[in-house]
Order: sequence, then structure tokens, then C-alpha cells
Amino acid sequence: MFSYLLATLPGDAGAMASGLAEAASSHGHYPAWVTYTQDIAYLVAALLFAYGIKRLGSPRTARSGNGIAAIGMLIAIVVTLYTQEVMSFTWIIAAMVIGSAIGATFSIRVQMTGMPQMVGLFNGFGGIASILVVTSEYMRLAKADLLTTITPDQGLTMGLGILIGGVTFIGSLIAAGKLQGILPGRPMMWPMQLPLNVLGVALCLAGCVTLAINPALWWVVVGLWVISFILGITLLVPIGGADMPVGICLLNSYSGLAAAMTGFILPEPNKALMVSGALVGASGLILTYIMCKAMNRSLANVLFAGVGTDDSTGTAGRDAGGDKTVRSVDPEEMAMILEDSAKVVIVPGYGMAVAQAQYAVRDMFNKLEGKEIEVLFGIHPVAGRMPGHMNVLLAEVDIPYDKLLDLDQINAELETADLALVLGANDVVNPAARHDKGSPIYGMPIIDVDKARTCVVCKRSLAAGYAGVQNELFFMDNTLMLFGDAKKMITEVTAAIES
Amino acid sequence: MITGLLTGLTPSLVLLQEHAASSGSLKVKMLIASIFVFVLAIFLGFELITKVPATLHTPLMSGSNAISGITIVGALICAQSETFGAWAPIIGSVAIIFAMINVVGGFMVTDRMLKMFRKH
Repeated sequence: MFSYLLATLPGDAGAMASGLAEAASSHGHYPAWVTYTQDIAYLVAALLFAYGIKRLGSPRTARSGNGIAAIGMLIAIVVTLYTQEVMSFTWIIAAMVIGSAIGATFSIRVQMTGMPQMVGLFNGFGGIASILVVTSEYMRLAKADLLTTITPDQGLTMGLGILIGGVTFIGSLIAAGKLQGILPGRPMMWPMQLPLNVLGVALCLAGCVTLAINPALWWVVVGLWVISFILGITLLVPIGGADMPVGICLLNSYSGLAAAMTGFILPEPNKALMVSGALVGASGLILTYIMCKAMNRSLANVLFAGVGTDDSTGTAGRDAGGDKTVRSVDPEEMAMILEDSAKVVIVPGYGMAVAQAQYAVRDMFNKLEGKEIEVLFGIHPVAGRMPGHMNVLLAEVDIPYDKLLDLDQINAELETADLALVLGANDVVNPAARHDKGSPIYGMPIIDVDKARTCVVCKRSLAAGYAGVQNELFFMDNTLMLFGDAKKMITEVTAAIES
Repeated sequence: MITGLLTGLTPSLVLLQEHAASSGSLKVKMLIASIFVFVLAIFLGFELITKVPATLHTPLMSGSNAISGITIVGALICAQSETFGAWAPIIGSVAIIFAMINVVGGFMVTDRMLKMFRKH
């Protein structure tokens, strides 16, 4: 990893040296060492961000990694305050205190089940901050009659900054609204959707190019604000609730790119912004890719196809399966099956989060562990409403992270499992994905719960999954249905297990 | 006389031209250096993030989200511009508030989540 960082140094040092003349002129009364100190501090901040993310690579070191990145941020903020020509600290400190207080309140009060919408909202705040920075820099140049000094690349970057920031801001609000249930979770479609969106993006790109050619056209900036906000709505509204992880990842990436764009347009190009923005941009893109791969769908399909039903976890009748028969169990029988098992795999899904069943699951886990029954959790990449959503919920209730296995690991374990318990998951355990070429989920990697000796599905009804397909798992010979609310059922099962 | 004037002006004209040319190429050089850093940082990001296990993807998202709050630096720089007029404190402060929510909230909630991850 450090080879990459070192590779950036010659370019950075070169720019620092060659940038001296300009830096000195823009900071007339500051000695050169102040500029150097600032640049070096930004470099240190960027290094700490990279190192912090590296430490996020293992649960053991992750917490310190987050702390290291936070220290990097503190350095960047302090050095900026210290070396800028400060007019009035009052406004700045007041704004910082207000922002910090709001951020701290959010972070303390949010429930773990509400994490996806909060991350979405924070993405949006990053986006709006970036547009405001770009716009205020533009206004500063306009006020000083310096608009003609904007170089083509700066004009282009300003346009892109507003476009990306605007889509991130409004898009994130829409995403958070859908996840919170304020807006309907189902995808909303309308005629000419794709052509209109393409037209919007094309208009924005044309605006960016116009700014590159003639940066003095202020109405282009206003137009970019408006169209990027509209695009934020029209791009996010067609994405269904369960596809929102992809939307959130993509917006995460955008918020990073928007920050990177602001790095290019500041009076002195700021490499701390560029590097951090690039890191975040890459992070969001990778997560987007992982999500799409886990659904065997293209990004375009997730964004534009409007897949998905309403956000309900199933209220339709039990006759959804037609004339096929299912076998059901009650909590007492379920407890007996559990007690006869040596190895149990639990596969949680969004239903567990909706029912807030994680505490009940923990109690069951502890009771089974006490009886020396091995309990593992199989977590599909798209389970829940954001990457890693289930892991956080289970970590919250003290399930050790080495019991949480990913797709490949858990499928290797399922061959020898006595019991697989599906808890509020549906499409990610549908065997049709393996063999039914006509199914919309064909080709999607699934957790092979049907390979376990017995499979119990805890679900309120036989309603179809998010993709709108009936799950043939429910009708298999070794599958039993435990009908009911996840939290209630698991609590009853746990009570029925002899301690 | 004109010749004299031209002779007198020529050195300064040449100087001006050289200045313009060198400052132009300096800008291009700095831009290329910036793109250089940006592109390498994206590669670095790909390398680092592919190694983050699925179990930590939510903290990764909220943590990287906090890092994207680096735009606070831009907000601080803009809020302090002297040639900006009456709107400076307002737009700058709003940008600072949003960026600070992102930074403080992001790091704190990531810490809250990571605190929960424990081994058996």
C-alpha cells in the first residue's frame, strides 16, 4: 500500500515546489514555511485517512482505524483555521459548534436499525456542503471581477462539483426518506423516464462544458443547481427499497467525488480534499460493485429497471403458493428440532431488522451455545438495507463477529448443518436462482439453506419476496414454516428450549 | 523615435510574454500533478477497500462518509475569504454546519458501531 503513497510524492513535491511562487503571491504576508507546514499537514491528514481505512480491514483494529482517520480530520481542520487569513472567528466557530452538536446528537440517538437512512442523510450533507463551497468560490471570483481568470479545467470542475453535489444532496434525502418510510418504498416509474434522465444529465454536462468555455455565465451555475436537484429526485425515486443499498453506496461514492471536485477549484488546489475524496469515491464504487454482483444484476438494471414491490414484509394470505402444500411447525416443535441439532445456521434478512428481533435472537443464541450447539450466522451481501447491515445489528446484541460468515463461508458449512433457520430473508435463499432460467433472480448467488438437513423458514406468510417471485424453498420436503412475527416466534422458541 | 520606443519596450514585452508562458505552463503542471495525485488515490482506495471484510461494510461506509466531510476544509477557506461581501459568513457558515455534521456525526457513529464488534 505504501508503494502507492510513495509514488504520489514526487508529483506532490514537484507541485509544492513549483506552486511556491503562486502560493506566496496569494498569501502575501505569510512566510513560505507557513505554506509548507500547511501542505505537509494536509499530506499527513491524507496519510492518516488512508492508514485509518487500512485498519478498518479487521474488526480487531477497526476502531483505532476510525480514531486515526478522525485525528487526520482534526489536523486538517486545525491547520486550515491556523494558516488562513481569518476575518472573523465568531461565525466560523459558531457554525462549527452547531454542526458538531447536531452531528453528535444524530450519532448518539440513532438506532442501529436506522443506520442506513442516517448514513444516507450524512452523505447528503456532504453533498450540499460541497455545492456551497463551489458556489461560494464562484461568487468570490464574481465579486472580485475575476471570473475570466477561471481556467477551463476549473470551470469544468465547478460544474461537475455542483452536478455531483446536487444529485448527492437531493438523492440522499430521497433515499433516506424511502428507508425511513416517509416516502413509499416501492419504485415509482413514469413514461419517458430513461430518456428524460439522460436529457437531464446531458444538459448538466453541457452546462459544465459551457462553464469551461465561458466561466462568466452565472446563470449556468444557477441552472446546474436546479437541474442537479431535479436529477437527484428522478434518479433515486425509481429505486425500490431493497435495492437502496446500491443507491446508498453510489451516493456515498458521489459525496466523495464532490469533495474531490472542490479540492480542484479552491484558490490553491488542495490535495487533502482530492485524496480523501478519491478514497471515498473508490470505496463507494467498490461497495456498489459488490452489491450488484451479489444480486447478479447490472448497475443500470438496479438504477433504472424499477424492480421490486412495496416495502412490506408480507401481509398477503397464506394461499399465495396455490395448491402446493407446506408443512408448518409451532414454537415448541421448533425448540425440539433445535435441541436435537449439533450445528445450526441462522440466515437473517431485513425482516429481522423490521421486527427488531435481534435481541430475541441473541437470547436464543446464548441458550443454544449453553447447550453446546454450534450456532453460525450466514449473511448475504444484500441482506438488509445497506452493506453489512445485519452484521451491525448482530454486533449490537453481542454476537461475536467470528460467528458471522459470508456467502462462500456459510455455503461450505451448510452441507454439514443439521438446521438452517431463515429469519426474515427470502430472495437470497430461493433455490430457483440456481436452476430456474426463467426466474428474475436466476444467477444470483444465494445461501444454500436447502442443503441443510432441515430448513425452517420464520416468516409471517407465504408472500412472494422483494423481486416478486414465489420462493420454492417453502414447498420443499425438508422445509418447515414457522409462521409469525420473527421477534415473537424466536422469543417463544427460546422459552420452549429446556435450559 | 518609434524604433527607440520599440527597442525600449522589447525587453519588457519579452519579459511579459515569458511570464505569461511560464505562469500558464505552471498552472498546467499543477493541474497534471493534481490529477496525478487524484488518480493514484483512487487506486489506493481500491486496494485498501477491497481488503475490508463484509462484516465491516456498514462502519466502512459511515467512516468513509465522515472522511468525505473533508470538504469542511474548503468550507473554512471559503468562509474566510475577505473579497466576498455580505454573503460570505452566511453561505460559508451553512457549508461549515453541514460539513461538521458529516464529520462529527460520521466518526462518532462509526466508533459507536465498531465498539460493538467483539470476538468470542
